[in-house]
Amino acid sequence: MSQVALKKETPVSDDGMLKGAAKLTPEKIRETVRKVLDGETGARLKTYAAMCARCGMCSDACHFCLSHDRDPAWSPAGKVKRTIWELVRTGGKVDAEFILDACRIAHTECNLCKRCAMYCPFGIDVAYMMLVMRRICHKLGVTPQYIQDTAHSHSATMNQMWVKEDEWIDSLQWQEDEAREEMPNLRIPIEKEGADIMYSVIGPEPKFRAQLIYQAAVILNASGVDWTMPGTPGWDNSDMCMYTGDNEMMGRLKRAHFDTAVRLRVSRIVMGECGHAFRSVHDMGNRWLGYRQPPVPVIHAVEFYHEILKQGRIKIAKKFEGPVTLHDPCNIVRGHGLHEMAREVVRLTCDELIEMHPNREHNYCCSAGGGVINCGPPFKTSRVVGNRVKAEQLFAAKARGAKTVVAPCHNCHGGLEDIIHHYGLGMDVKFLGDIIYSCMEKPE
Amino acid sequence: MYCEKDHWDWEPGAREVADIDSWKSEHSYVEEVYASPDGEKAAAVVKTEEGEFSLRVNDATWEPSFDRAWYPRFAPDGRLTALVSSGGEWTLAIDGVLWENGFDFAWDTRLGADGAHAVVAVQRGGRYAAAVDGEAWEDDFADFTGLAVSEDGLHAAAVVQTKPFGQADIETFQQGCYSVAVDGKVWDRSFVNAWNPALSPDGVRSAATVRTSLYDYSIAVDGEPWKASFPCAWEPRFNPKDGSVWAPVKTPGGWTLFRDGERAWKKDFVELWRHSFSPDGKRVAAVVAKTFGRWTVAVDGKPWSATFGDMVTDLAWSPDGARAAATGKDKGRWTIVVDGKPWPASFDRVWPPVWSPDGRHTAARVKKNGSETVAVDGRLISESFVKVFTPSWSPDGTKLLVRGVRTAASAGRAYVRSVVSLSEFLG
Amino acid sequence: MHTLYYLAAGPFAIAAFVLLAGGSLFRLVRMGLLARKKDPAVFDYMSARYGFRSLFHWLVPFGSRGMRLHPALTIASFLFHVCAIVAPVFLYAHVLLIDESWNIAWVHIPDGAADAMSLVVIAACVFFLVRRMKSPEVSYLSTWRDYAVLALVAAPFVTGLWSFHQFPGFRYAGIIHMLSGELLLASIPFTRLSHMIFFPITRAYMGSEFGAVRNARDW
Ligand code: HEM
Ligand code: HEM
Ligand code: SF4
Ligand code: SF4
Repeated sequence: MSQVALKKETPVSDDGMLKGAAKLTPEKIRETVRKVLDGETGARLKTYAAMCARCGMCSDACHFCLSHDRDPAWSPAGKVKRTIWELVRTGGKVDAEFILDACRIAHTECNLCKRCAMYCPFGIDVAYMMLVMRRICHKLGVTPQYIQDTAHSHSATMNQMWVKEDEWIDSLQWQEDEAREEMPNLRIPIEKEGADIMYSVIGPEPKFRAQLIYQAAVILNASGVDWTMPGTPGWDNSDMCMYTGDNEMMGRLKRAHFDTAVRLRVSRIVMGECGHAFRSVHDMGNRWLGYRQPPVPVIHAVEFYHEILKQGRIKIAKKFEGPVTLHDPCNIVRGHGLHEMAREVVRLTCDELIEMHPNREHNYCCSAGGGVINCGPPFKTSRVVGNRVKAEQLFAAKARGAKTVVAPCHNCHGGLEDIIHHYGLGMDVKFLGDIIYSCMEKPE
Repeated sequence: MYCEKDHWDWEPGAREVADIDSWKSEHSYVEEVYASPDGEKAAAVVKTEEGEFSLRVNDATWEPSFDRAWYPRFAPDGRLTALVSSGGEWTLAIDGVLWENGFDFAWDTRLGADGAHAVVAVQRGGRYAAAVDGEAWEDDFADFTGLAVSEDGLHAAAVVQTKPFGQADIETFQQGCYSVAVDGKVWDRSFVNAWNPALSPDGVRSAATVRTSLYDYSIAVDGEPWKASFPCAWEPRFNPKDGSVWAPVKTPGGWTLFRDGERAWKKDFVELWRHSFSPDGKRVAAVVAKTFGRWTVAVDGKPWSATFGDMVTDLAWSPDGARAAATGKDKGRWTIVVDGKPWPASFDRVWPPVWSPDGRHTAARVKKNGSETVAVDGRLISESFVKVFTPSWSPDGTKLLVRGVRTAASAGRAYVRSVVSLSEFLG
Repeated sequence: MHTLYYLAAGPFAIAAFVLLAGGSLFRLVRMGLLARKKDPAVFDYMSARYGFRSLFHWLVPFGSRGMRLHPALTIASFLFHVCAIVAPVFLYAHVLLIDESWNIAWVHIPDGAADAMSLVVIAACVFFLVRRMKSPEVSYLSTWRDYAVLALVAAPFVTGLWSFHQFPGFRYAGIIHMLSGELLLASIPFTRLSHMIFFPITRAYMGSEFGAVRNARDW
């Protein structure tokens, strides 16, 4: 058998993981692994483990594997081999060292992007198995510190960023004041019960990117829809607990979000440009609660922009100058098929679109999603180095003239900025909202 | 018994109370309209001059004006409240009169059942408390969430932070830094998390869902958790009559209802929440998912046979506790379901059902084909509106007060109050 | 040796078919029940339309991007699978044996075609073996089981050819053929070859999740 240069393990420096692992005993590991594997998983995991042909077709899917010169240890099945298979094979007889390693792999070296499910001939869902691994890590108390802190924030405040109840309302009113400088009668309607739309955002928006709320308010006002934002917890649609394997908290967060929309009795929720939040309402959180689909329809910003542009509710004064390229966020493309709509919105608002390849459902993940960027600084380098292929894609688009990358997702935004910076690509990353806001006709 | 409603105007017919268009010609900015319970007043936040806001009520505008006014809400006794700020100081204004105390922020107005008392959450110098009728708790806290108020509006509880912890300090957090404060007094014990505080109707006892570690959930009553712990639990509620505490909890078989730490319902469900007691406290119903994605109501553990694919909510008991109604949504269409039987019509949207005093009819605000109206037992009244408010029954149950904003004869908007006789249209 | 022959021709053969049919049914039913209990949502999200749409794309050569990226593997795999199924099922000798035993018969293919197909299967197995050894992304995942499965699959084809063409020692080869064939049939439900029974289900499930919930393609 040929020898390959397998990835060199960098020692884990994450405080949360190390302290958690220090408390583990072999008995605790075995018992926890058994409890999760026997008690919480079932036919899916068993079938996937039994049937995988070890054919390696999934290697082509994973940006980590491709960026590491196809080092098989980074391939989807390779990662399963180093985590779940080993736990199944040994019945959980592994040491704390193994758990640390498995935690790093599942939490920081897989974005749960599901691209591999499109390359495996059997449709084996490696992302699901990585989530099972994260669930085991959660139960063992071994989770990267930063994302665990985010999960704590979710549990204490129902939002991602420790935003207190009054701070939330205050930041909406502050953005309303700011925007009134531009449009004097603009309003961010808080707690307007019975409105048509509840607009929801993720925790970082009021905290770090308040101008996005401002822009959204301008767009929503100009489009003349009847909208509101909640004045209570439940406003945040994001859900890092979905990614730490704290499924109970994932459910609690989604319930708070849905219940808020039901209380305000809106006909639908429009959410900002976020990918993972969309996955949590549409795919994972709703299911944990027993909802086949969200109880109140949830429309992603891309769908909403498409709707108001197509209906002529807002007009583009002058298209965005210079060619742009479009990044397809996994959670709304493989997660909801919004790639054509996103292109349509780009064509309606920008001069020229330069495609990256592969694209649409076959896009490469930004390597920030799946909670990876939320694991924080200790894992930043591995995430950026692990996505050289994205840098190459971006570079190719730039070589053909694209100066701006449109990324309609918060995580992608952060991930792409890091990649652009690391590889010195010198491109701008923009939300669709940025572009629409800057190009639209603004009513007085 | 004195009944406020006896004194309302129950003369059948419609009456225009406020001409919203004239408001719009007087003010450059008018927000959405709110209506008093008796229908005699309409109010909205309006701009009085540049950067000045106040509340417009029928033909008058409150004397003081503010840098900002929001969350206008009528109390059950017809007084109008709003959260207002001037010069960076926030307080509650009631019928134009401000509480004496001001705060750095005030929000989440709650009103007692008779409207005499009001509670808001307040922040002063980065410390948090509840203010009851303008008086803030003596003790304040580093964080505060989930305000709960007793029926009379005199007692308040909330989840509060009890211990400080630094940024990304996940260890201290997991030792338990949250608890519940009732009227400013915090429980003896802290937890990793506390959620959904509830007060007994008299405001003396309190309960909340707690997490004692990242994995163990329980219900704490007056600070003491139940012996049993669960993989997950939802909100506790007090039985209004015997004071027992009930909560949905997750067991290995699914979700079920526990009472004072013991299993109350035999059956397990895929989901169970929003339990609600009949007024006499003898019966309890909850929203359940019988199977994945099929929602209904279970009364005393027995689910109705009709199920809905989207959701079920707004559980409401008839005054005598004999019947229950709820809102159901299936394939995007809403309706009301009464004792397991859906109304014969469905709508674009439906608001919570309101029982007639005799428990024979249910009425609800509904939206259909872009306009709003009221439906009784599934049949629409003849008038239609741009927007209606929750309908009210006359004390004898023969008439319905319908309040709404509609397109006036002048083609503009007017707020009207209309009394409809049931006999007229139910026949 | 005679006893072994009679065993192989009689009770073992019956046992193999029973294990194949019964084992497959058993595995399917058990997984189904387990799914009902633990992953009930799987049934709710299964969609005939999107399930078949996905199966169709994955049963057509080069129907998926992954296949297009690996033309050699794709060709080998399709030839292998078609031949590995068609050759034994429509082989004159097999059809005859079944007809004699149970009085059921169906069409058969010329022996020359069966020869060729057997050679294709053997060649494909060699290709798989080389790939498994030489390609890092496959060898990294491989355990002795994967090699054993290849041997298990190749054995009846090698011995079948051997016996049919009466190469030296063909009598032994004949018995080994029957035994190895029976072992292969019996092991399908219980080894990685169970992909034969689970493939339609997992593929259709992923197709349904992608198509019906996610509005996306999965090929
Ligand atoms: C139940 C057990 C089986 C029995 C009793 C059996 C019997 C036979 C017989 C009698 C022959 C003709 C050989 C000769 O003339 O000497 C044969 C040939 C062959 N069998 Fe089987 N067989 C069995 C299972 C299998 C299986 C499972 C496979 C493959 C998956 C297989 C593949 C072949 C092939 C490829 C040939 C040779 C065809 C050719 O080259 O013309 N057999 N088998
Ligand atoms: C009708 C059902 C079947 C389907 C849809 C199916 C599909 C597949 C697929 C998609 C693969 C993955 C890799 C590749 O393309 O080579 C595979 C591998 C394989 N299949 Fe099947 N298969 C079926 C039946 C069988 C049967 C009946 C056998 C054996 C007699 C078999 C033996 C194998 C082997 C040995 C491999 C692994 C090749 C390697 O080592 O890479 N399959 N199959
Ligand atoms: S990062 Fe994406 S492609 Fe790679 S293993 Fe995870 S889900 Fe699969
Ligand atoms: S492509 Fe699928 S079957 Fe092949 S190794 Fe990867 S997970 Fe296993």
